[in-house]
Order: sequence, then structure tokens, then C-alpha cells
Amino acid sequence: MAKTKNPKVFAYRRENGRVGIRNHVVILPLDDLSNSACEKVAFNVKGCKAIPHAYGRLQFGKDLELFFRTMIGTGANPNVAAVVVIGIEPEWTHRIVEGIAKTGKPVAGFSIERYGEFKTVEMASWKAKEYMHWASELRREPVDLKEVWVSVKCGESDTTSGLASNPTVGNALEKLVAMGGTCSFGETSEITGAEMVCKERAANRKVGEQFMAAFNAYQKMIDDNKTDDLSGSQPTKGNIRGGLTTIEEKAFGNLQKIGKKISYVGVLDKAEAPSGRGLWFMDTSSAAAEAVTLWAAAGFVAHFFPTGQGNIIGNPIEPVIKLTANPLTAKTMSEHVDYDCSAILRGEMTLDQSGDNLIQMLVRTCNGRLTAQEVLGHEEFVLTKLYESA
Amino acid sequence: MIQFLVHEKADNVGVATVDIKKGEKATGLYMDSQKKVEVKALQDIPLGHKIALANLKQEGCVIKYGHDIGRVVAGIKAGEHVHIHNLKTRRW
Repeated sequence: MAKTKNPKVFAYRRENGRVGIRNHVVILPLDDLSNSACEKVAFNVKGCKAIPHAYGRLQFGKDLELFFRTMIGTGANPNVAAVVVIGIEPEWTHRIVEGIAKTGKPVAGFSIERYGEFKTVEMASWKAKEYMHWASELRREPVDLKEVWVSVKCGESDTTSGLASNPTVGNALEKLVAMGGTCSFGETSEITGAEMVCKERAANRKVGEQFMAAFNAYQKMIDDNKTDDLSGSQPTKGNIRGGLTTIEEKAFGNLQKIGKKISYVGVLDKAEAPSGRGLWFMDTSSAAAEAVTLWAAAGFVAHFFPTGQGNIIGNPIEPVIKLTANPLTAKTMSEHVDYDCSAILRGEMTLDQSGDNLIQMLVRTCNGRLTAQEVLGHEEFVLTKLYESA
Repeated sequence: MIQFLVHEKADNVGVATVDIKKGEKATGLYMDSQKKVEVKALQDIPLGHKIALANLKQEGCVIKYGHDIGRVVAGIKAGEHVHIHNLKTRRW
């Protein structure tokens, strides 16, 4: 089994040395206005992928920095072979092109003003066609599994998440980190009630303090904006239906995803790439699509997503591997589930076996198996916005 | 057959792994020690929901994962359903 070895997987080695497990040609809009042009290019050129979103206009300050970090990071992700960027005007379009170009991958930008959408779509389509031909001839090569960066986040959790699917992820992360892998967890608000336990899992005091600073800032944001005790938002209605009662209960279940022994080596800002291997905490929202979008932008190429009641999230560039231990969800929502670990609840499988099974599913996903989310076309690309636009 | 699981020895609630019916004598398993425990269900406990293993006084703690997960807002008897009607967060 995958246990302590470092299995080989077949993946794409990018120009900057990073490893990707998908080979997307992305048509990336700078702004909401350019979604239409990107979708038209993706219609013209089969196989490439437009990633529409709602923002990119009149943002400023830290929110604008996060926007550029997310957009550039998305294009720079090793699951992306080449990128066509389309924006309403050339300057910010160019800023994204330049950021992505640092990886060495092919990238070109087009802007709509002074051309109109028809001409822009035509020029961008020619470039996208060229990239598709080029990318389609790239070949997978054997690489170590440890080179595949893995992020983890749960959603629509219930008590079965804390009992089995989250500990399965924790077991797999312990094995991946032991191989020398790079992994990340986050969901700052969903650690509420278990923050002192999380702080103790930091590799050293400084990192623990950094985590607490991020945690306290998030709590302050919630305190400043809340109109009630958040019951109904955190835990969600789905959580409550599944038997989870309080944020504290949810938080201790959530933390099962980082296993029992590993400590995290650093704290990342939203969409920030880690600077070395090991487990990293990222300060993220707990909303699934927002958080996975941030990890994809930080360069993570595969995601473990345990669910209880059945969150159906996906991402356009980072495959989301979904697992559940809830037998009802595994039965009624099987089209969304890649790995059913409900046997743990029946006492028919150990966590150690389940962690191995999940790593096996990761290996298969790296080698090209499409996840349920990919086959179903779930591509929730959701930018995190820090405050109103100017 | 096991009908509920308990994370740790210190916990005063278990989690139903099947739908437990009112009046049923339910068997649970401590995940840390693998020891068994029996509780008579005083109410229906749906799959995934919590069953009290002891009588819990108002303003007391519900313990799960060995940690305090919230405040008891209405007295709970062993075998009763523990959820939003009798347990609230201490946060926010």
C-alpha cells in the first residue's frame, strides 16, 4: 500500500519545475465585463476552459492585492498549461499576463476597448487554438507523489465527518507529510472553540502566534458584522440537520483533518503559496468554493473534501476528491462521491486502511481519473472579497 | 450491533451511527478504549445525532472529543436527544 512509500504518479512537469495533474488551457477574464468574451472563445476552441467570475472592477487596497494574487495564482497553477487573459482595458490585463509569465508557461493578453468584443474574441480564439494544439501534445511523466500539493477542507459536515471522513483525511495527510509532501488546511472561522488545540499543533511558538493573530482577526470581523449568534450560518442548516449542534463541536470535528501527530510549519495569507514542504495553515473563509479557489490560486493541485450531508462543490482547475462516511449520503448522492468510507462506522474498516484508500484515490486522480466533480462539471470559481469596491 | 460511537472516555454524549428508536436499549462503543456501553434511548435519535450518556444539568457542559462543545440550556436525561433545543454554543 501507499503507506510510507512515495509512489510514482504520471503528471505534467511545468516550466518552473512544479507538478500538475491536469493540463488545462484557461481563458481567464480580468473582470466581470470580459466573461462573455472568454466564454465565446471557449465555445470556439474546444477543450479550453473559461473561468468567469464576478469581480475585477474598482477594487482597491488589500482587496485588490488579493484579487491579483488569486487571478495570477490561478493562471500560474501547475494544472494549467497555458492561459489567454481577456480584460476590458490593457493595463490590468497586462499585470495578470506578466504575473503568470513568471512561471515560464505560455500566456497572452487581449483587451476589448478600441477593438470591440468581436475582434477581441477572434484574436483570442486564434491564440487559444495555438495553445490547445501545443498543450495537447504535452505528455505525462513519472513523478513522486510528494510533488503533488494537496489542500483539505470539509463541507456540509455532520457528526460522521468528525467520526470517520475527517480522520481519514487526517490519516492520509500524516502519510503524505511523512513522504515529504506539501499540504494545507484552513477554514479559520470553523476552528472556533478548538483554537487553543489548533495553536498547540503549530511547529513552534512563532507559528502558533501567527495562527492566533489570523484567528483573532477573523473573530473580530465576525464580531463587528454579526447581527445574532450566527446560529443558522455557523453551524449551517445542513450541519444541524446532520446532528452537529455548536461551532465548538464542528471545530473539533474539523481539526480531525490534520491527523493526530503532524504540526503545521507556517501560516499563509489567502491565496499565498507555501515556501517549503510540510503542512501549512491558510487563513481562509469556511465557504467551500471560496476556500478551494484560494488554495488553487496558491498552487495546490488536488483537494480532499470530506462531506457529511453532501456538499457538491468543485473547482475548475483543482480536482476535488470527495469522500463521505455518512451511509445515507453515500447512497442518495452517490454521483458526487469519489470514496465511500462509511464502512468505518460499521466497524468494518480502520482509519489506517481508509487513509490508504484515500491516497490510492489520489494516485488514481493524479494519473488521470476524473473526479465526480469534474465529470459532473462542478466548477465553482469564487473569489474572496474583503470589502466593498470603491 | 453497535448503534452509537463515543469519541473519548471523558465524553458524555455518543453519536448514533444508525437511527435509534425510543425505548431501544442501544449499544455504543468507545473509540479510544474499544469498550462497550449501553444506554436506553428515551427518544428517537436519528443517524448522526447525539445521545446523552449521563444526566446533564442546566448550565453544565456537553463533552465530546474530550472537550467542552457548549452549554446545557435545558436539563438532559441519559438516553435523551442532545441538539439545538438543549445545547448552545458558548461563542459568538
